[in-house]
Amino acid sequence: MRSVQALAVAVLSVLTICDVSRAAEPKSGGVFKIYHRDSPGSASIHEGATYSLNVPFMPIFNNLVIFDQHIAQNSSSTIRPELAESWAWSGDNKTLTFKLRTDVKWHDGKPFTAADVKCTFDMLMGKSQQKFRQNPRKSWYDQVDEVTINSDYEASFKLKRPQPALLSLLASGYSPVYPCHVSPAEMRTKPVGTGPFKFVEFKANESIKLTKNPDYFKKGLPYLDGIELTIIPNRSTAILGFVSGKFDMTFPTEVSIPLLKDVQSQDPTAVCVVEPNNVSTNIIVNSTAPPFDNLDIRRALALALDRKAFIQIMFEGQGDIGGTMEPAPAGLWAMPKDMLESIPGYGPDVEKNREEARKLMQKAGYGPDKHLQIKVSTRNIAVYRDPAIILIDQIKSIYIDAELDVVDTAQWFPKIARKDYSLGLNLTGNAVDEPDQSFYENYACGSERNYTNYCNKDIEKLFDQQSEETNPDKRKKLVWEIDKKLQEDVARPIIFHARTGTCWKPYVKNVTIMSNSSYNGYRYEDVWLDK
Amino acid sequence: MFAYIVRRLFLMLVTLFGISVIIFVLLRVVPGNIVDILFDAAGFVDPADKANLERELGLSQPIVIQYLHWIGGLLHGDLGYSYVSEKPALEEILPRIPITARLAGLALLFSASIGIPLGVISAVHQGSKLDYALRVVSLSGLSLPSFWLGLLILMASVSLFGTMPIFNPNPKTWLEALTIYAVPAMAVGFRSAALTMRITRSSMLEILRQDYIRTARAKGASEASVNYHHALKNAVLPVITVIGIEAAFLIGGLIVTETVFNIPGIARFLVEALRWRDYPIVQNLVMFIAVVVVVVNFIVDMLYAAIDPRIRFGD
Repeated sequence: MRSVQALAVAVLSVLTICDVSRAAEPKSGGVFKIYHRDSPGSASIHEGATYSLNVPFMPIFNNLVIFDQHIAQNSSSTIRPELAESWAWSGDNKTLTFKLRTDVKWHDGKPFTAADVKCTFDMLMGKSQQKFRQNPRKSWYDQVDEVTINSDYEASFKLKRPQPALLSLLASGYSPVYPCHVSPAEMRTKPVGTGPFKFVEFKANESIKLTKNPDYFKKGLPYLDGIELTIIPNRSTAILGFVSGKFDMTFPTEVSIPLLKDVQSQDPTAVCVVEPNNVSTNIIVNSTAPPFDNLDIRRALALALDRKAFIQIMFEGQGDIGGTMEPAPAGLWAMPKDMLESIPGYGPDVEKNREEARKLMQKAGYGPDKHLQIKVSTRNIAVYRDPAIILIDQIKSIYIDAELDVVDTAQWFPKIARKDYSLGLNLTGNAVDEPDQSFYENYACGSERNYTNYCNKDIEKLFDQQSEETNPDKRKKLVWEIDKKLQEDVARPIIFHARTGTCWKPYVKNVTIMSNSSYNGYRYEDVWLDK
Repeated sequence: MFAYIVRRLFLMLVTLFGISVIIFVLLRVVPGNIVDILFDAAGFVDPADKANLERELGLSQPIVIQYLHWIGGLLHGDLGYSYVSEKPALEEILPRIPITARLAGLALLFSASIGIPLGVISAVHQGSKLDYALRVVSLSGLSLPSFWLGLLILMASVSLFGTMPIFNPNPKTWLEALTIYAVPAMAVGFRSAALTMRITRSSMLEILRQDYIRTARAKGASEASVNYHHALKNAVLPVITVIGIEAAFLIGGLIVTETVFNIPGIARFLVEALRWRDYPIVQNLVMFIAVVVVVVNFIVDMLYAAIDPRIRFGD
């Protein structure tokens, strides 16, 4: 009897294993349906600065190299070849050479060569005749002197100085290779790529459709017949659409924590993940005019923050406290906890910090009988407004009475560029978890995105030092030192780093949501539908 | 009559010219343009690049030249290009018009076919339980915002039927086609139906007290004949005025309804275009809406004469 039972168990086990392996075998076919949160301004990834473009259009393209699409944490060790077969650094670390694939064709049938690589990066560096309408990531290539064509299938990036981060920047979803023979204007409306999916149509405010590229150079891929994104700006309608089965997946990293609970209660079969998205909510301080030209008041402001309260109210506890770089464990460059807590305002005793803040305010001439009156400016978008309101409430405790000043999106950046604000609440997204991207963009003297005009030449030297450093451990320590100094200088006090959710139906396979960037994980070449 | 129509047509042209100037100027008075939005969303402000793009889009020209350029094009059927999609504005606007027209038409039909009969019933049964019940319905119609009602319908639909009537450009059955328009039309038309009901009721109550109604009854006319032939015909004039005004106001209601039900019509498109400061789309769409409103008003005026022979124009 016992042997019969054992046999039955063995048979069942084999059957189960067979079933699992069958389920794990990718199936071809089906159209992957996602809702999109808004209508992107164009279809040209290089001309955009929002992942609203990367999600629908990244599947059309390929990069030279790309972050592994199934490892959530992007890092230099997860970079994989794509249009490049291999890459190599020269001995002096000033030349990066890519050997390119020879079997790649653009969607219009023309062959892909090294000339396309040169065209793309010359245009990004502003060196070509053809110009992008806007070129928001030009500064990524500041250290690239030139891109040279060694042969039809080999290209080199020649650098002014070593910059190990370049490879990570090239692996971002923001770094596709464009065809030489298609103008930037056409790429905005009818993009041509080499990727797993071909562009079909983009109806503004309506839908974006992609279809399978049957000539994709990775044989057997993609599995899907197509991808359809329906543009639904109303979040409630979109979520109801997902719950009712009209969509296979929500827009990536767009479901807030409270909404995630709703989704899971209405569709318990939905697979939902919550990941950090490398977007920090921070305070921009106009230190060129009173009252925040006074360092004591800036320090008091930093000391008044109760970061845990922000995270509890906005994300039901699911958020992270950190400096400029994304916090660990998702972030690669985060300061160690003890180092972080040694920064004024980051210590666990909020009341003690605020007591210290009140003393600084009194030193500056304010107190219980004389409150400082200011405006907190922010964009008229919920993710900006909500923390701004909490901030106003928190700074009341240090004799600051603030009024909320909501600014239309079209006016937000001109306003802060004019320095027409006292205190602002801002969000900063990072496409790559990489100090070169974050530090130069947000804190370098004269950088266009350095809204506060913070300028510290000593720190800038450290920026260059870490950028050139090829030893990862040494570089990490330099990054920690810089990040700590930036927080101590109240350059742009970081309040928190958000986490957001993504849900998909259980039959959607091979989707990975990246944990340290919202910009890099949408190639979808091996996503398949088990139905 | 002919002189009146000619005068009205002339006034319509003057009105449309005035509207065109107001739209054009107001759009440019609002701070920020497409170039600001494109560049500043990226947090990237290169004055030279911005100036180039402004020149390319014709935004650096004097406002009068820009206006003449637009009106000149409009008279030749050239609506310009969308700044965002870079497609001809006509190509962007035209496919959206039938969608909104169907929705607005159904909403007005719903409003009139529900509002007028219920208004008559409510007036005829004044003070009864039925009258009170209908007044509650009409008041709730006036109080419920259409976006809220729309969301409620969607939630109920998902909860009860596991599906929802959001827009599908290629409906498989006529029933699906009807549902994707009828449900949002009801959501947006409910308020209008409630208003029509209240106007019909008050107008009917006034007419039902007239001597000629008493005379009709004394002559032995049936209640139905008195209510619908004698009373309603005379009570319907203010109702037509209200429906005409509602047709113009409907576009406001459609903005939220098209958003909630994800219908790619002109109302939602207008808001999106405004967000991007896509001038060619906004000014042409607003002009189109203005033309519709002016024409509807003209038709309403003509209807007065058709319905009430006592009204004559130009005398």
